[in-house]
Amino acid sequence: MAAHDDTGRPDTAAPAIELKGISKAFGPVQANKDISIRVMPGTIHGIIGENGAGKSTLMSILYGFYKADAGEIWVHGARREIPDSQAAIAAGIGMVFQHFKLVENFTVLENVVLGAEEGARLTPSLSKARKLLKQLSEEYELHVDPDALIQDLGVGMQQRVEILKALYRQADILILDEPTGVLTPAEADHLFRILEGLKREGKTIILITHKLREIMEITDTVSVMRLGEMTATVKTPETSPEQLAELMVGRKVLLRVDKAPARPGETVLQVDNLKVTDSKGVERLRGVSLNVRKGEILGIAGVAGNGQSELLEVLGGMREGRGSVQLNGQELDLSGTKSDARTRRRRGIAHVPEDRQREGLIMDFQAWENVGFGYHDDPAYCRGMFMDNAALRKDTERKIEKFDVRPANADLAAKSFSGGNQQKLVIARELERNPDLLLVGQPTRGVDIGAIEFIHQQIVALRDEGKAVLLVSVELDEIMALSDRIAVMFDGSIMGERLPSETSERELGLLMAGISDTSREHSIKEVEENLAHSGGKVMT
Amino acid sequence: MDFLTIIQIGDSTIRLATPLLLACLAGLFSERSGIIDIGLEGKMLISAFFSAAVAALTGSVWLGLLAGVAAAVIFSLIHGLASITFRGDQLISGVALNFLASGMSVLIAQDIFAQGGRTPSLSGDARFASLDLPFAEALSGVPILGPIYSDMLSGHTILVYVALLAVPATWYVLFRTRFGLRLRAVGENPGAVDTAGVSVKRLRYGAVLICGLLSGLGGAYLSTGLAAGFTQEMTAGRGYIALAALIFAKWRPWQALGACLLFGFLQAVSNRFNSIDLILFEIPNAFVLALPYILTVVILAGFVGRAVPPRAGGTPYVKER
Repeated sequence: MAAHDDTGRPDTAAPAIELKGISKAFGPVQANKDISIRVMPGTIHGIIGENGAGKSTLMSILYGFYKADAGEIWVHGARREIPDSQAAIAAGIGMVFQHFKLVENFTVLENVVLGAEEGARLTPSLSKARKLLKQLSEEYELHVDPDALIQDLGVGMQQRVEILKALYRQADILILDEPTGVLTPAEADHLFRILEGLKREGKTIILITHKLREIMEITDTVSVMRLGEMTATVKTPETSPEQLAELMVGRKVLLRVDKAPARPGETVLQVDNLKVTDSKGVERLRGVSLNVRKGEILGIAGVAGNGQSELLEVLGGMREGRGSVQLNGQELDLSGTKSDARTRRRRGIAHVPEDRQREGLIMDFQAWENVGFGYHDDPAYCRGMFMDNAALRKDTERKIEKFDVRPANADLAAKSFSGGNQQKLVIARELERNPDLLLVGQPTRGVDIGAIEFIHQQIVALRDEGKAVLLVSVELDEIMALSDRIAVMFDGSIMGERLPSETSERELGLLMAGISDTSREHSIKEVEENLAHSGGKVMT
Repeated sequence: MDFLTIIQIGDSTIRLATPLLLACLAGLFSERSGIIDIGLEGKMLISAFFSAAVAALTGSVWLGLLAGVAAAVIFSLIHGLASITFRGDQLISGVALNFLASGMSVLIAQDIFAQGGRTPSLSGDARFASLDLPFAEALSGVPILGPIYSDMLSGHTILVYVALLAVPATWYVLFRTRFGLRLRAVGENPGAVDTAGVSVKRLRYGAVLICGLLSGLGGAYLSTGLAAGFTQEMTAGRGYIALAALIFAKWRPWQALGACLLFGFLQAVSNRFNSIDLILFEIPNAFVLALPYILTVVILAGFVGRAVPPRAGGTPYVKER
């Protein structure tokens, strides 16, 4: 790859961005501590770190979203004050946020023009933008229909609109915050090609990510952040994923999940022709059939919004469906009248929901209260008709210790824990119930590497006890690492099942884009058209 | 029903629709920017009072209008301060302003005029005179179109025509100008506006100011155009009907005109007839008056297409990543 391009440049060239001693605190939390970094022009500079390491805060300061408590920002050798986004744009900095900042019911053109209009009247601005947009999209392979509404576009397309917005404002420094989180592998590859193209044109790119593979693949230089501090800046070709992971976490990390081959037993969950129609009358599951056996992990791969959430919700008793679901050979009632989340729990289904903050926890409640949810009628937590809070608290303390939740304080509100520790609370609650079947959605979303390792170990341990696990994740790496079998969902259907040992990310990526004939070469365009059709949306 | 009755009902429809239309457009600007305004009622009321009071004291309706609009704008700024700057609850702030207007208007009226919370009756230059449209006299002889022009459309006060002209103006501002684009954007996704380098606060304050101006005109019309003086609670729920019309119109200006004319028509009909005899049964006029609310509930329930409000409506903007 083009990793050696920057060696040709003289060292004396002013950095595109230089931050000197940036500090920022939110209340008692020091998000950024005395951070200095130099980003050379015409390079792709990666910033990697765990969730909560302060990457996004740092970039938000650079984009004028937050004001630093201390420190200086230098752009192309000149000191700049960046009190707001306006100033950042004027300094030639563009930012693509993780959650897109687009107006859903506006056209692409209107979104691009917003805030960068030519004059008080709109029509001249729009027609001028239309021309420039055409030129830009040809130059950088960023084809988007300028008259399409944002809400009708897939996430990949929406991201292009964000990049076009920045380019339209003549940004020559582009910051991308976790850009591949919502993309299929094919879309991510295309994004990287766009970034390479921008780099060739002399643009400077800052890529924030927690995915080591992306850093290794595309960046020239990488800076590592940990606990609000910049721990190292290294040239990418001179480092390795293992070294970066160690720098991020501060100790050696196992990047691969250690697991013995599965020894599947009899079928625990049998799903036949399961259909779900949502409140708007859209069919979200179109006849899904699958089975999970004792002692195995079935991974469901797919781009967010293709029916995985609905599958988990129906199985967990949170949504009605049609079709047949058998647990240990016994039919479950799917109409929601005789069976709900509570009866499912009693029959041995534990559920770690996809969105822990909305469905897994009540953020303002204390840890021990959260650990009781769903099991509050357990005799162990009750004394007659009253709750035995002392018993619940004691049990919580035991779980906190066993699952290494930090800080180890059962009285803390759920919102005061980090993402990884919140997830550990949910996992502790569900896994300790000794379920026959574990439903687990996005177990490591927004969770730091250290906790990911732990959570993965727990899921594998449950499997090794002979339990069945249904895993839904949009992270293909996670699916590949944990699953004993992989089913790929697209547009409410299972596109196919593969064994991890006999498939590749490329093949899964095509299945995720709805292309079942994975033997021949497919164009990016085909993949995109399929995805646009399925309406895969960003999950927030 | 004879032709003359139809013309008279049409004439009174226009007069009764005017305050609704001004308030409705006021609400449109505010809500399109993401600020819900339940306080239209209060703003109209306070403006109705101040315009009548100042007109009565100075004898000039124009000074009265100025005072009324100023009062409504000040109320708007209080609402803005509470909901934009201090990120308070927009409903609570609006309701509080309604109470404030209701109490303050009567209190001050009693203190100054001592006529049981009213202002003296206005006459002469203290009221808006009716304007005759060009050729109204000449055309009145033309059959059908003549009376429609000279008796129904002509002969209203200037604020009626201002309200009608405000409709295309609002459409133009909203859909053909930079300010309109930003205004619509800030009501949908303030984050997009903020990251595009545009101040969310300034935009919303702008919208709230326009809202104050328009609802001020509506209030002034009530006491100096439609009626001759201020009486207690004279807005009689018009601010809420205007909100209903806004939902009915799905936050769009031309449809707002249609909704306000419809609601104005219902009022005109119920003012004129005690009950409507439909041979088989009678419709009491209370039912006709309730129709705007019933229609709004029907719309909200989603029977006649979905009314999707601006997405960021009611939520204060807090910067986040």
